Amino acid sequence: MATLTLRNIKKAYGAAEVIKGIDLDIEDREFVVFVGPSGCGKSTLLRMIAGLEPITSGDLSIDGKRVNEVGPADRGLAMVFQSYALYPHMTVAQNMGFALRLAKVPKAERDAKVAEAARILQLGPYLERRPKDLSGGQRQRVAIGRAIVRAPKVFLFDEPLSNLDAALRGQTRIEIAKLHEELAVTMIYVTHDQIEAMTLADKIVVLQAGRIEQVGSPLELYHHPANIFVAGFIGSPRMNMLPVAVDGVSAAGVSVRLPSGVALTIPCSGAGLSAGSALTLGIRPEALRPDENGPIAGTVKLVERLGGLTLLHVETEGIEDMIVQLEGLSLVDLHQQVRFSADGAALHLFDQAGQALPALARHSLVA
Amino acid sequence: MSASLTGPAPGHDAKAAPAARPVARSLLVMPSVLVLLAWMIVPLAMTLWFSVRQYNLLDPSIHGFAGIDNYTYLVTDPDFWASLENTLILLVAVLVITVCLGTLLAVLFNQPFPGRNVARVLAISPFFVMPTVAALIWKNLLMHPIYGVLGVVAHAFGVPPVDWFAHYPLFSVIAIVSWEWLPFALLILLTAVQSLDTDQLEAARMDGAGSIAQFFFITLPHLSRAISVVIMIETIFLLSVFAEIFVTTAGGPGNATTNLAFLIYSRALLQFDVGGASAGGMVAILLANIVAFFLVRTVARRLET
Repeated sequence: MATLTLRNIKKAYGAAEVIKGIDLDIEDREFVVFVGPSGCGKSTLLRMIAGLEPITSGDLSIDGKRVNEVGPADRGLAMVFQSYALYPHMTVAQNMGFALRLAKVPKAERDAKVAEAARILQLGPYLERRPKDLSGGQRQRVAIGRAIVRAPKVFLFDEPLSNLDAALRGQTRIEIAKLHEELAVTMIYVTHDQIEAMTLADKIVVLQAGRIEQVGSPLELYHHPANIFVAGFIGSPRMNMLPVAVDGVSAAGVSVRLPSGVALTIPCSGAGLSAGSALTLGIRPEALRPDENGPIAGTVKLVERLGGLTLLHVETEGIEDMIVQLEGLSLVDLHQQVRFSADGAALHLFDQAGQALPALARHSLVA
Repeated sequence: MSASLTGPAPGHDAKAAPAARPVARSLLVMPSVLVLLAWMIVPLAMTLWFSVRQYNLLDPSIHGFAGIDNYTYLVTDPDFWASLENTLILLVAVLVITVCLGTLLAVLFNQPFPGRNVARVLAISPFFVMPTVAALIWKNLLMHPIYGVLGVVAHAFGVPPVDWFAHYPLFSVIAIVSWEWLPFALLILLTAVQSLDTDQLEAARMDGAGSIAQFFFITLPHLSRAISVVIMIETIFLLSVFAEIFVTTAGGPGNATTNLAFLIYSRALLQFDVGGASAGGMVAILLANIVAFFLVRTVARRLET
């Protein structure tokens, strides 16, 4: 049982403020992922929750109790480090049992807990080995095991998969998801990999420059990004952004004119917009379909065939490199003229401040 | 002909090269190997030779084969056993002091505090003072009962000053040598402390380790390699401490600060008994090799892991 509450949390190094006031509620047994570009403060925020960095101002509460001044060991948390931070001179069993040894837990009980953690993580055969004799994936599991043994209320992960190769990363991702289900604890996970964020999270927190840009479920962030930054950050390949001008506002949504002169109607609320004002239109690469009568025309500049998917880089008016993602093998040739259409519900409009215009209808999968 | 101009034929090259090269290689290496071998073998052989001869500089007319007489005189001389004891006490005491204090100082100097870089330089600088000068400074400026700082301090408190070299001679020598070697231990151990992964310390903090537990469970094991390197290097040099003793106590009072190196010196150049000194030299070689054998083996094993 653990809920976390962050209220106006700030972190400053001298005059430089790196975390500029974070408000966040984390429910019990929730899997929360912090994502953001490098230097956005996501690791710093995690280390402040862990107690490794002092909090400059604001309140951090665990289960309703303010813990700003509580030491890292007494907050009931466990952390898995990016570098794993295993103790090189201890065996796997000693590494996992270190916290219990410091807490003066009797040896028999300690051994039982280590054995249980080793069973969950399939580390049984390696208990007497040193970290240097283990592979990267095994070290990763020992680091997780060290956290499990302490039976923490909250697990913290600081980019735990970034030192693994792609295949192992996918596998460990699934193991962490299983672990979350099996242990039923709150987990906070920092990553810059949006696939990890999308697949693992109950709730994603998108951070940029020390501020929260948006909090929501993975699909909410994908279908209803709050602003241009989130729209560009979530989804791969990136969302295409086109400058457009408002034609008029009606009950069906906002009519805009593309740079090529073609008009489109997007089902967004256009309250307060006047004709002629400039907006940004966001189209996801996977929302575009080839259509002989489609409104968007362009020339194919580059074709990337990935087998199951084909990525087209299209030059069209207003955007030099519009990416189109097509299912299966497309036979489109280089320099060919193509036309596309897009489902209005999959289009996003952003005002000049970068904020999204609210969609008239929520996506069916997002409550 | 054209082939030999453009280079040897491939088949010929592959066969001849491995056979020809080692010979050429050893010929080229030979001069330096010979010089190094002579450098080591000649003094060793001469010491061994002199140690079984009657050879006194005061009376060249007494000469001839002495057999094991030089060795018999040596081991029946109480000075010899006292010097062995002093050598080992000096070695162990200085090692304990420099390694323990060095480790603590290394951890201390790794903490951020204002003026840390200046403090580090000051702490390391005694190592650059040559042993004779260091010993003279300690003898005349610090430990002298009348002119020394310690004596002045004792006077200020109304306590009779201590004549260090008369009453605690071996302790005084240990203090001087420790002062000289502490910076070396500090230097090596400080670089080792700096290479400690801070993630490990943070993980230990998360696991509930306080600063003392962090020191014993994380920092000290991390330093074990560096500590063994310090012990090995210091041992080699501490077995042959000479200048500090020569300048301060000249081995006295009595034989209180005579170590093996000083005993050999006094046999050869104060008593002019080259034969007896050579026998002492052979014992020194034996001792150094015994120590080196065990030490190198344990250190090498530790460096492997």
